[in-house]
Amino acid sequence: MTVGRKLWLIIIVKLFIMFAILKLFFFPDFLKTNFKSDSERGDYVIEQITSPINNK
Amino acid sequence: MEHFNLALVDWSRAQFALTALYHWIFVPITLGTSFIIAIMETIYVKTGDEMWKRITKFWMTLFGINFAIGVATGIILEFEFGTNWSNYSWFVGDIFGAPLAIEGIMAFFMESTFIAIMFFGWNKVSKGFHLTSSWLVAIGSNLSALWILVANAWMQNPIGMHFNPDTARNEMVDFWQILFSPTAVNKFLHVITSAYTYSALFVIGISAWYLLKKRDVTFFKRSMVVGATFGLIASLFMILTGDESARQVFRVQPMKFAAMEGFYYGETSAPLVAIGLFESVPNPQNPKAKEWAAKIEIPNMLSYMATLDPHAFVPGIHDLVHGNKEQGIVSYYDRITRGKTAIQALADYKVAKKANETNKANASLAVFKDNYKDFGYGYYDDPHNLIPNVPLTFYSFHTMVGLGFLFVLIFILTLIYVVKNKISNKKWLLYIALWSIPLGFLAQEAGWMVAEFGRQPWVVQDYMPTLTAVSNIDHTSVMITVLLFTITFTVLLIAEIKIMLKQITGFKDGGH
Repeated sequence: MTVGRKLWLIIIVKLFIMFAILKLFFFPDFLKTNFKSDSERGDYVIEQITSPINNK
Repeated sequence: MEHFNLALVDWSRAQFALTALYHWIFVPITLGTSFIIAIMETIYVKTGDEMWKRITKFWMTLFGINFAIGVATGIILEFEFGTNWSNYSWFVGDIFGAPLAIEGIMAFFMESTFIAIMFFGWNKVSKGFHLTSSWLVAIGSNLSALWILVANAWMQNPIGMHFNPDTARNEMVDFWQILFSPTAVNKFLHVITSAYTYSALFVIGISAWYLLKKRDVTFFKRSMVVGATFGLIASLFMILTGDESARQVFRVQPMKFAAMEGFYYGETSAPLVAIGLFESVPNPQNPKAKEWAAKIEIPNMLSYMATLDPHAFVPGIHDLVHGNKEQGIVSYYDRITRGKTAIQALADYKVAKKANETNKANASLAVFKDNYKDFGYGYYDDPHNLIPNVPLTFYSFHTMVGLGFLFVLIFILTLIYVVKNKISNKKWLLYIALWSIPLGFLAQEAGWMVAEFGRQPWVVQDYMPTLTAVSNIDHTSVMITVLLFTITFTVLLIAEIKIMLKQITGFKDGGH
C-alpha cells in the first residue's frame, strides 16, 4: 500500500471513530441534552456556580 | 470545596491534558514545517534547481504524514468542552466560541483548499500558483493557531468582556481588546516561534541522521542550511517573546510567576534561581516549605525580568496569600471574603429577580458588581488551595528555558559547520542534532505545563476555578473515555512514527 493510501485510510478510520463513536456515544453536549432552552441552561449554571453558598 | 466532586475534576483534567498533550505532538510540526517547505520551494522557483524541488517534496511528504495523522485530533478538545466542561463553556460564552468558530473557518477554507493544491497540484498548476498555495497553507495553519491561542490567552487574562448575571455568561464587549491583549499577542508569538524552533530541530535532526549514514549528503546539507537558519531566527525570537511573556505573567498572574521561580518570600532586588533543586519535594499547600538543596542565583535578575528594574519588589507566594500592605498587595484571605460576598450576591440576585423584588435584586446586583473581580476566590476557605504545584511549575519552566538556550547554540553550531562544509566530520554535533528532536518535544510540553499547571486552580483567572467548571456527570464515564483516548492516540502515534520512519529510512534521492 502506498503511503498516500495508508494516510487516507488512517484519516477515514480516525474520523469515523471520532464522530460516529466518540461524539455519538461518549460526548453528548451536557447542557443541550439536559435542558430545553437557554434560559433553563443559564439558571442551571448559576445554580451550579452559586451552590457552595446555597448549600451552607 | 466539599460540594464538588474532586474525582470528577481530576479525571476531567487528566482527560483534557492527555488530549492536549497528544494533539500538541502534531501541531508544532505542522506550524513550522509548512513555512520551511514554503521557503525550500521558493528557492526552487527562484533558482530552477531540481534538487530543491526534490528537497521540497521530501519534507512535504513528512509534513503530509504528520498532518494526516494529527488532523482533527483537536476536535476532541471541543467535544470535551461540551460534555465535561459545560459550566465553563456556558460561563465563557461567545468569547471562547467566536475565536474557535473563526479558527474552524480559517482551517477549513485556507488549509483544506490550498493543501490539496500543495500535494496534488505539482505539474497541474503553474509554479507560481503552487508556491503561493504552499505559502497560504503555512499562513492559514498559523492563523488557525492564532484564534485558539487568543481564546487560551483570554482565560489567563480575561478582559474585554462583561458578565451577564441573568444568563450567567460572559459577553464580549471589545473584540479588539481580546485579540490584541498583550497576553494574547505574546502567547501567540511565543507559541509559534517555539513551534518553528521544534520544526527546525525536526529538519536538522533528520538531516543529521542522513549525514551520519553518509547518504544523500548534498541533499540533506541543503535541508540543514534552511532548517538551521530558520531555527536560529525562530529561537532568538522565541527567547525575546518568552522574556516579554514572563513580564505579562508577572502583571496578570503573579502567583504563577512566583511558582515558576519557587519564590516564596517577596523582596526588592530579587535574585533569579537559574538552576535549583528543592531539598525535598515541598508540599505545595505549605508555602513555608521552601528549602533548596542547591541553587545558582543571578543577583537582581528576577526583579529585572519581572519589571525591567533590577531593584523592584517582586512578591512571593507568602505575600500573595497573606498580603503586603507596604507594597499594596491585597491578601488572598481578603479576596476570598470578597469572592464569597460576590457569589452570595449573585445567588440573592437570582432569587430576588424570580420573586420580582426589584429593589432587592438591584441591591444584590450592586454588591455583586463591586466584588465580581474576586468572584472565583469565594469557592475556597483555605487560601493555600490557591497555590499551584510549585515544584512542577518550577522544574517545567527551567527545563523549557534551559532547552531553549541549548537549541540556539545547536542552530548556531550547525549553521557554522554546514556553511564551512565541515558538518560531516562533526559526529558529536550530528548526534546532538538528532537527539534534539525529542528534546524539542520535551521543551514544548514543558512550556504548556508552565502555562497550564502554573495557572491552577484557575480555568478563567480569578473568576472560575477548575472545580466549578466541570459538568455534573459520573466520573466513571470520564475514566472510560480517558482509557479510550489513550488507546486511540497511542495507536495513532505508533502509526505516525512507523510510517514516518519507513518514509525516512527508505528514501533515496532519485535525482542522482
